[in-house]
Formats: sequence, structure tokens, C-alpha cells
Amino acid sequence: MISLEGLTKRYGEKVAVNNLTFEVRPGIVTGFLGPNGAGKSTTMRMILGLDHPTSGDVRIEGRHYAELRDPLKSIGALLDATANHGGRSAYHHLLCLAQSNGLPERRVHEVLDIVGLTAVAKKKAKGFSMGMGQRLGIAAALLGDPRILMFDEPVNGLDPEGIHWIRTLMQRLASEGRTVFVSSHLMSEMALTAEHLIVIGQGRLLSDLSMADFIRQNSRSYVRVRTPERERFLDVLRSAGLTAMETGDVLELDGVAAEQIGELAARHGLVLHELSPQQASLEEAFMRLTAESVEYHAHSGPAADEQAPWGAGWKKG
Amino acid sequence: MAVAQVVRSEWTKVRSVASTVWTLSVALVVTVALGVLISWLTRREFGNMPARDRLTFDPTFISFAGMSLGQLAMIVFGVLVVSNEYSTGMIRTSLAAVPQRGVFYGSKLAVATAPAFAVALVTAFASFFLGQAMLGPHRTSLGEEGVLRAVVGGALYMTLIAVFSMGVAAMLRSPMLSLGVLMPLFFLLSPILGTVEATKKVGQYLPDQAGARVMQVVTIDDDVPYGPWGGFGIMALWCLVVLAGGYLLLKRRDA
Repeated sequence: MISLEGLTKRYGEKVAVNNLTFEVRPGIVTGFLGPNGAGKSTTMRMILGLDHPTSGDVRIEGRHYAELRDPLKSIGALLDATANHGGRSAYHHLLCLAQSNGLPERRVHEVLDIVGLTAVAKKKAKGFSMGMGQRLGIAAALLGDPRILMFDEPVNGLDPEGIHWIRTLMQRLASEGRTVFVSSHLMSEMALTAEHLIVIGQGRLLSDLSMADFIRQNSRSYVRVRTPERERFLDVLRSAGLTAMETGDVLELDGVAAEQIGELAARHGLVLHELSPQQASLEEAFMRLTAESVEYHAHSGPAADEQAPWGAGWKKG
Repeated sequence: MAVAQVVRSEWTKVRSVASTVWTLSVALVVTVALGVLISWLTRREFGNMPARDRLTFDPTFISFAGMSLGQLAMIVFGVLVVSNEYSTGMIRTSLAAVPQRGVFYGSKLAVATAPAFAVALVTAFASFFLGQAMLGPHRTSLGEEGVLRAVVGGALYMTLIAVFSMGVAAMLRSPMLSLGVLMPLFFLLSPILGTVEATKKVGQYLPDQAGARVMQVVTIDDDVPYGPWGGFGIMALWCLVVLAGGYLLLKRRDA
């Protein structure tokens, strides 16, 4: 379990992470979604104690990161596939991490095997492709067999086979009862892997829902209609108290079932060339959600931003 | 977090990159070879030297002449061993594994200083014995007063050059920036301040000039206000200051 409370990070005037409060629970894959620059990586660095929060608090299983004894045994993270010394072999990279947390050398061979890098274990990391670097980072995350795993954009640079592999791995880790927290800027990726979804935009929490609820709340369903008798159809709609959005020769109707429209048209003897129920894609839902955050941000002015964060965190330094 | 674990981990890091081996071997080879060459040239030219120079001739110090260049490799070693973490992004992986930054920093410095001292010790004794062999009739021996101190001092001097560089690199993080500060300091500022009469008084408190005092046996006829260990102490103080600066910045900064 990872718990964030009012987590805030400022760089001078800019608020990168703004008063984030949420929990990441065990047993499921939790997606962390936001456009580029939304503050996902900054949040993850604060979870790992790498960046100091301006205010607020983040705890791993109820404890601060710096209080963890042998932290790799509690939480493993892949932040950046290039966060290793290019001149050091994959084996030595993992060995020095294992030693720092009192893990046996045997474990290095095990994780190399899990990620499929055994054959290149003695090769220097600078010769690795992006995908191999990503696998090495995942091996490091798995080293301590931790109960919590955190991956920042893990599918970046992976080939289709690698993407399938990482998805399966994450789901397996979650099914073993672990906490799996994975960030992405792609809704489509999240829809395939995550059971729970946390969405942020401009450092602010926009949504914290199960994937099913997110889809229910955010995806817009409508009925698409094409008719050669456009004007008469619109009159009929009006008298039935319905309004349609016109885009080209297509009409879109919100909040009404396709069956209802069909029956209405039949009653008035209208010809329809198309009558189809539609569901806006999750990608669109995500874009609408984050676009709203930008709008909200622009209208709220600076005063609303700056109330809460100051004070609380200073005593913790 | 057991310190022993972190020390083992840092030792694996130091020994598993090529730069450790090549910087330390260059330090040894260059220092010894240049010392031998200069000692040999000195023997040939001894007769032509002014009488005053012949009277204050310091055969021990002459055999360490190669250090002026060899310390360059020690500087590079000290800078790389620390700044590698930053230039590669490894620091985030390292600090996620060892969040106690003081333990991380202390272990890294200790582990990097050990091989530097071992190589410096070999370098100092090799420079001394080979240099004396070249000097022939003008040579001295370890048994003479102050000579053993000067040779061990030479090893300590070289070690502290690396340690000072580690502290500077810990503060500046970038290898290029660190070398960009250290090179002009040791190879431009220090020689210039030390040569110009008006600035000698300031120059003698720079880490390298103060520290080099410990390698000298014959120190007649100058007005330096500290002895061999006093000078070495000044250098050690410089190291403490930059190391403390590096620690405070590491503690405060985001990784």
C-alpha cells in the first residue's frame, strides 16, 4: 500500500504536483494516467524519497521511505531505463544493488532469468537497446521480491512482444497480492492492464476510480443518425423534446436509446440511412477530462492553488 | 541499513567500471616514469646547477616530480567515481536502494579512497626508489631524517588529491564542470599564485601547495609558516570543507 496525503511539489513558482491524496492498494494493477508533464514522474520520485515534497506526506506500508530497512525488499521501482552506469555489466549493476540490501547473489541470477537477460548478463549496459534497458530496470525492481512494484512508463521502447510480456508480468504480480502502480500517458495502455485508475492533470488529482466506474462515468454514449429527410426529422425530434448535434450530414443524439429513435421515425414514416448506438473511446474520455482540468486551472486563478500546501510539510523538512 | 552492506555494494561499483583501473594505472605509470626521467636529467645537469641550488638540493622531492602530472589522473579518478552516479542517472537507482544518504556518501568515499591510497603508496615508494637509483651519487636513503615521512607523505598527498576531487564532484555533480574547476585550480591558479612574488603568501595556502610540503625533506631558506604536517593539515582541512559541502548538498537536493 502506498498512501499519499496532500503531496505537493513546487519548483519556484511552478506547482508540479498539487495536493495529491490517494492510496494505491494491493492485489490490483493501479494505473497512473496523465498527459506528459502532468507530474507523474515527480510523484513517483517523491514516493521513493528521491525528491523532497514541498508539503504533504507519502508513506509505504505506513512508513516513510527513508525509514525502510532494505527498501528493495518492500518496494521495487523502474523509473528510468537508463538509470544505470553504461560501463557496468548488467550482472554487476544488479549485484551492487543486491549487496546494498543484503540480498544473496543467487537472486541476481534469478531476476536476470525472469527478464530474459541471462545471455547478456556480462555485457555492458551501454550496448543495450531501449527494450533491454527496460528489462534491466524491471530486473532491478524485482530484485528484493517486494510487495510493492512501481513502473514509470514501462512499455516505452518495448517491441510488441515485450509489451505483451510486461502486461502479463504486471497482472501476475498483482494476482499474487502485490501492489502494482504503473504510469502511462496512454489511456489505451491503461485500459488493457489497469483495474483501478488514478488520473492527474497539471499535478492535480482528476479521478480516482475503478476502471469500470471510470468508463461508466466518462465515456459518452450517443446515437448516430443519418437521414435524407433532415428537416422533417429535426421537427419530429423537437416535438418529442429531443435535441440533436449536427456534424456534417450526421446527427448525434445524447441521452436517448437507439430503439426510441427508431420507433419515433417509424411512427412518422421517416427514412433513416443510419441508426447506430455509439460509445466515445476512452482516449477521448481521457482527453476531455484532462482538457477540463486545463480549463478549470485557467479560470481558478492562483489564489485557489496556494491555500492548502504551505505549512503542513515544513516541519518534516 | 547495515553499513557493511553498502560498503560491499560500493566496492562492487568501483571495481566493475573500467575507469577505476585506467585512471589509477595512469596515475602510477605517469608519476613514476616522469619522476625517473626528471631524476635522471637532474643527475646529468647537477654539475651545471648554481651552487645555491646544489646546497639545498632535495633528492626525495625531486623523485616525486612526476606527481605534478600524475595527480591529473588522480583528479580524474576522484571526479569520475562520484560524478558517474549523476551523469548516468545511476544516482536515482542508488538512493532508492540506500535512502540513508549519509551512509551512501560515507561508504562511497571510504570505498573509493582505499584503492586510491593503495595505488598512491605503491606510486610513492616506486617513485622514490627508482628516482634515487637514477640520481646515483646525489641520492638519499629511507634511513635519512625525514625521508620516510616524505615518502609516506607523498602517498597521502596523492590520496588527498583524489579525496578533494571527490568532494568537489559531490558538490558540482557534473564531471565536466568538476574537471573545469579542478584543472584550472591545480594547473593554472596554483602555479601562477605560487610563482608571482606578491601572491605567494596566498598561494601557499592552496590545498596542493600546502599538502606538497609533506613530501619535502630539505626546506632551508624559505619563509613558509608551516611545517610538513602543518601543510598537510591545511590540505586535509580543505578536503573536509569540500566533503562537508558535498554532504550538505546531497542531503538537501532532489536526486
